[in-house]
Amino acid sequence: MRALDLDYMLGLVPVILGYVPLTLFMAAAAMVCALVLASLMAVERVVKVPGLDAVVVLFISFFRGTPLLVQLFLFYYGLPQVFAFLTQINGVTAAIMGLTLHFAAYMAEAIRAAITGVDRSQWEAAQSIGMTQAQMMRRIVLPQATRIAAPTLVNYFIDMIKGTSLAFTLGVTEMMGAAQKEAAGSFLYFEAFLVVALIYWIMVEALSQGQKRLERHLNKAYAR
Amino acid sequence: MISIRGLTKRFGETTVLDAIDLDIAAGERVVVIGPSGTGKSTLLRCLNFLDRPDAGTITLGDVSVDVTRASKKDALALRRATSFVFQNYALFANKTAKENIMEALVTVQGRPRAQAEQRALDVLAETGLANKADSYPAALSGGQQQRVGIGRAMAIGADLMMFDEPTSALDPEWVGEVLDLMRRVAERRQTMLIVTHEMQFAREIADRVVFMDGGCIVEAGPPGEVLDSPQDDRLRRFLRRVA
Repeated sequence: MRALDLDYMLGLVPVILGYVPLTLFMAAAAMVCALVLASLMAVERVVKVPGLDAVVVLFISFFRGTPLLVQLFLFYYGLPQVFAFLTQINGVTAAIMGLTLHFAAYMAEAIRAAITGVDRSQWEAAQSIGMTQAQMMRRIVLPQATRIAAPTLVNYFIDMIKGTSLAFTLGVTEMMGAAQKEAAGSFLYFEAFLVVALIYWIMVEALSQGQKRLERHLNKAYAR
Repeated sequence: MISIRGLTKRFGETTVLDAIDLDIAAGERVVVIGPSGTGKSTLLRCLNFLDRPDAGTITLGDVSVDVTRASKKDALALRRATSFVFQNYALFANKTAKENIMEALVTVQGRPRAQAEQRALDVLAETGLANKADSYPAALSGGQQQRVGIGRAMAIGADLMMFDEPTSALDPEWVGEVLDLMRRVAERRQTMLIVTHEMQFAREIADRVVFMDGGCIVEAGPPGEVLDSPQDDRLRRFLRRVA
């Protein structure tokens, strides 16, 4: 067993850190898009729009039922062969799209469960004061569903941050790709990937702290 | 001003409301009594389409709805002409007492926030909860929550206020304060339709008591007549049980 080359690792940290913004950008962009898409699908699953419901069910089933890596390859390498205009899409965009669709499917189910977890009598109270269905959802149901779903959604966001490393397979130089390139020159694969692992770990830990604070904030209204 | 004709509601094979006819004059306080499961709550819930009735017409001020042909717009019109107090309060858990009352004023009636807030604070003062304006429901007692629930219904200024067993879920110690608040509402000649098991309160507050059994109105009249000299056997048995 050889000793770890700590100097090499320390030197590599700023290089890899330089790619953290790209990782966070991909994760944040995908999270925002996925949240919007998932909320729409969740609301649809609750109110059941005739015709649309089957489409949403199929969507969720497909994107939960197939691996993320396969989906990314399908979008990036596969679809442009069928739809020519998709050849314009770069790896970052394809990764954001893939992460969006994949996680939206999971998050839709989490949000749907959270919506049905909002006390039914509050739905009726919202109706009784003359709110439209959209007002009831926006003002009463979704804010409370957010609280119920928050821990699960943050978990998906953590998964998403880690999932951005798959963009590497689409030729994107992100944290993982940069480490790969560095290690190819130095042959210090263990050190390079260990640095990547530690940086991911620290990011996720920081996020978990944020999660605790978020939950405390969301629970404010419910303290006795 | 309120006219209900042939109002019918079925849940599957069971007829819960059997062609109910009922008129309520402006400012009249009507108390509905009767055994559990006889459609009292369903009657209230059908008037604002929380439950969709199967047949009949509902006329409320200038809103007239044939329920078999009722659109979403009709349902909204009925809901906006009425207000509803729930047995389990049903306050919005994500909003403070004040915001619970403001919600209908701002979101539904489109009033300016500042005006709605002033109205909410005035209503809270009337319910004796001025100091709880910024409390969330979870921090309020059952009695306080129900007073906010009544405040929410008062603030709307609806033609008809409906109360669905407003004290049934309360610990006995909170019943008094809720009934007191309802008395104050009644003193303003607010049109009220109340389902309750509080017989003493019914006697005191009602212009008319309606006894329902098996989805029908069996007997109706001034509290003195209905409660003291009941004609129907079912009403006599019911009154003996609750006495």
